[in-house]
Amino acid sequence: MAGIGLSHYLALSAVVFCIGVYGMLTRRSAIAVLMAIELMFNAVNIALVAFGRYVTPETVTGQVVAAFTIAVAAAEATVALAIVLLIYQHHRGIEVDRINFMKW
Amino acid sequence: MDTISLAFFAIAFLIIVSSLMVVSSKNIFHSAVFLILALFGVAGIFVLLEAPLLAAAQVLIYVGAISILLIFAVMLTARIADGTVRHTNEQVPTGLVISLGLLAVMLYSIWETPFAINGAPVADGSGKKLGELFLTQFALPFEIVSVLLLAALIAALVIAKKDGPIRGRNPVGSSEEPRLKKSETITR
Amino acid sequence: MFELDKLVQAIGRLIESAVTALGLGPTWVTIIQLAIATVVVVAFASLLVLFFVWWERKISARIQLRLGPMRVGWHGILQTIADAVKLLQKEDITPAAVDRGVYFWAPIVVFVAALAVYVTVPFGRGLIVSDLNIGVLYILAITTFTVIGLLMAGWSSNNKYSLLGGFRSAAQVVSYEVPMALAVLGVVMFAQSLSTVTIVAHQEKFYQWYVWRQPIGFLIFFVAATAECNRTPFDLPEADSEIVAGYSTEYSGMKFAMFFLAEFLSMFGASSVATILFFGGWHGPFLPSWIWFLIKTLVGVFILMWLRWTYPRLRVDQLMGFAWKFLLPLGFLNLIVTGFILLLVK
Repeated sequence: MAGIGLSHYLALSAVVFCIGVYGMLTRRSAIAVLMAIELMFNAVNIALVAFGRYVTPETVTGQVVAAFTIAVAAAEATVALAIVLLIYQHHRGIEVDRINFMKW
Repeated sequence: MDTISLAFFAIAFLIIVSSLMVVSSKNIFHSAVFLILALFGVAGIFVLLEAPLLAAAQVLIYVGAISILLIFAVMLTARIADGTVRHTNEQVPTGLVISLGLLAVMLYSIWETPFAINGAPVADGSGKKLGELFLTQFALPFEIVSVLLLAALIAALVIAKKDGPIRGRNPVGSSEEPRLKKSETITR
Repeated sequence: MFELDKLVQAIGRLIESAVTALGLGPTWVTIIQLAIATVVVVAFASLLVLFFVWWERKISARIQLRLGPMRVGWHGILQTIADAVKLLQKEDITPAAVDRGVYFWAPIVVFVAALAVYVTVPFGRGLIVSDLNIGVLYILAITTFTVIGLLMAGWSSNNKYSLLGGFRSAAQVVSYEVPMALAVLGVVMFAQSLSTVTIVAHQEKFYQWYVWRQPIGFLIFFVAATAECNRTPFDLPEADSEIVAGYSTEYSGMKFAMFFLAEFLSMFGASSVATILFFGGWHGPFLPSWIWFLIKTLVGVFILMWLRWTYPRLRVDQLMGFAWKFLLPLGFLNLIVTGFILLLVK
């Protein structure tokens, strides 16, 4: 192996992203879906920082954008979990395929 | 194999195995613990990519705050009869096809694209340059993100309050009898 | 005299030559050097913790006008060894209804998190396992990791007292992290660096100690560190009169010992971080650097133990209110005033 290059990090990012996609599409518990979404966020962060380090190594722009992604992910997780708790209070269950009360 | 390659393969293995356990574990608390392991692995990848401050921030925010939030949510919404609840819905074959297809497309494009890799010396990721960028080039997104976090804080507080987000409305199934107005209570 | 850094460097070179003579590359040299440094630091910290257990019993006894352990060795100094032998001989009971995997890993997580702080602590001149350039931020990040272990212990024990203890502990540690980070930030603004070695290097003389420049910062840090270690007056998560033993209710034998030792380790860790940030680290006249470091840290640990037997414990709402409504605004005020002063001085 001639050293670890950009493609290795991007491949890792792609694998984790697809694992997250699989989790988001197939899990029943809303919290498990949220965990899969966090995995996807992290995969994107790896790709951002890898690109920043290999394509523009003299600036840290990749890391700055990744930091923003982390902050936005934190905000999203907070609000999503608050909504999940509210749903649990009303309906005693958070399976995503059962939460279909807004259908006509 | 030099240190960085060894470290990369070890950490990548950790991340991939933990992620697989996150999406396939029957016990959701175990999923949360494996997610924490995966997040630590990602912090390790950041260290390998010469971004130590971001790695520390990842541990501080993801492991130290978001994971704890997830674990609290798991604890507060745990079902008693956890063994009988199916943990995957009926979209498993479709999900597999979509994710594997996506993976194939992404890996193929990574393999084929000639990336413009720059061999210049890597900037020091330990704070000074990050801080400068945050306050000069990225000042507007920085302020917007702080307002976003404030909005998320307030939203979470309002939504998860005990009375529910709509004042005065009794949530379904939360109490058997309507609440008395203050004038109707006996105060002597 | 008696400086240890030359000895440490000589040992490092010895290891390097030995490993290279065996035919392994520079990767293995680094790994083995780091492994041996880690083992030495862990052994030293563990021995110190054995001393602390005895010391706490003596201090608590004297404050309560009694004698404490007196029989095993001179003034009971071997009492801890006797206790350790007893704990090691106990049967390792795992209750039937616990979640086995998580139950097993929780004490390990707490113990490792408490130990991992020592990687960036300079014990003396040139005596540090790894001088990370984000040293202080690394310490802050690792202290958040303890919460995960406490939550794992609380959840896996399948017991309402443990769950409550885990919840309370997690809420407490997360709440007090923020003022702690703000207090640390004040010092970092003065030192212009996150590296612990640089921060210590800026405090050579007695009048250069950061405690004179950041007195409020030091107080905030000390209070927050007491809360982070779950020590009285913030020890509601393990309050015997409230929730049995909190998150460690279902643990016995060696696993309980790990929680217990982790608490003392985190106490020593918090005190050493306070020494590094505010009291000049290992600087001091006449005596070797590592002795000065030990002296300053032991004074900090003594104060932490003294506080335990002096103050009653805070109720959980008082605890949270204190962190969010008092310490946090004070921390921000400290930061703003520090920034202002630095701007005016420059």
